[in-house]
Amino acid sequence: MTADLAVWLYVVAPRRDGAVELGTLTGVAGEPLRTVVSGDLAAVVGSVPLDVFGEQPLRRNFEDLDWLEATARAHDAVVSAMVSRGSALPLRLATVFHDDNRVRELLDERHADFDAVLKLVSGRTEWGVKAYGDRAALTAAVAEARSADEVSNLSQGAAYLARRRAQLSAQQSVEREAAERAEEIHTRLVRQAAAGRRQPLTDPAVSGRRDWMVLNGTYLVDDDHTDEFATAVTTLGTEFPGIRLELTGPWPPYSFAGVTREPT
Amino acid sequence: MIRADAGGGGTERRVALVDLLDRVLAGGVVISGDIKLAIADVDLVQISLRALVSSITGLYRPLDSAPRDAQEEPPGHD
Repeated sequence: MTADLAVWLYVVAPRRDGAVELGTLTGVAGEPLRTVVSGDLAAVVGSVPLDVFGEQPLRRNFEDLDWLEATARAHDAVVSAMVSRGSALPLRLATVFHDDNRVRELLDERHADFDAVLKLVSGRTEWGVKAYGDRAALTAAVAEARSADEVSNLSQGAAYLARRRAQLSAQQSVEREAAERAEEIHTRLVRQAAAGRRQPLTDPAVSGRRDWMVLNGTYLVDDDHTDEFATAVTTLGTEFPGIRLELTGPWPPYSFAGVTREPT
Repeated sequence: MIRADAGGGGTERRVALVDLLDRVLAGGVVISGDIKLAIADVDLVQISLRALVSSITGLYRPLDSAPRDAQEEPPGHD
């Protein structure tokens, strides 16, 4: 290895019998891929030029959205290809090592962690579910539900007032209602999954989208349970008026590859 | 079903990119310590989100003058 190259990591996977089929895949620098093996683990890596992928150049290049997008997509393409061939743990974007020896040290030192997380993601796929609230429809739905009980035994005029009161109070509490619905949707999706977590909501300034996001969840779903999960998303979407659900995926298990566990 | 690398332009593509960046920059196995040379740490995520916001602000300037939907008032502080 020459001095001006560094090692970019894509995934850690169980070492498979025979050579890992890397085919014509290329990496973030257009480089050919190879594996670094230690024990029963293999890392898929590529050699990338330090003048682009060293720490300081990276900081600069990350400011360039086109560069960032191309790099993120190239990294994801390799990760997705490897995951489609069997369990593999994605490394966070821009995990760069000095040389292959350090990669081997990593495989040895974190062997137990990698092993545990590989077991968790094996036979499972990550799916994203985002929920968007329609403020007007949600207010109406909340008011409807509230006034339904109250008005049943009332005269027409009193029923109107009760409905109007419910409407006003619904507007005031629509944020809280949306949060409660998002929580319930998340809870019910987690029941359909091996694991699930709520990600920070996307700032509309970042997405360029004005919709009101109320849930940004991601779930690790058994591959033989994919249809049931998708059905659950559709069902929840019809069950909660004023909330629109969006399913994205399949994703490599990015959100579940971290070894740290969420506090329970 | 929406795949993150779906083509197309405009908002959908940006949303897909945000989905992807959320995962590749905030997810994945994180390696800490001297063993590595460089890694996408919190700093880098902030840098890239800043790049994203500034690029969108540039792209979406015409929207700023569009009439605001009454439903999009900022949440109250109750």
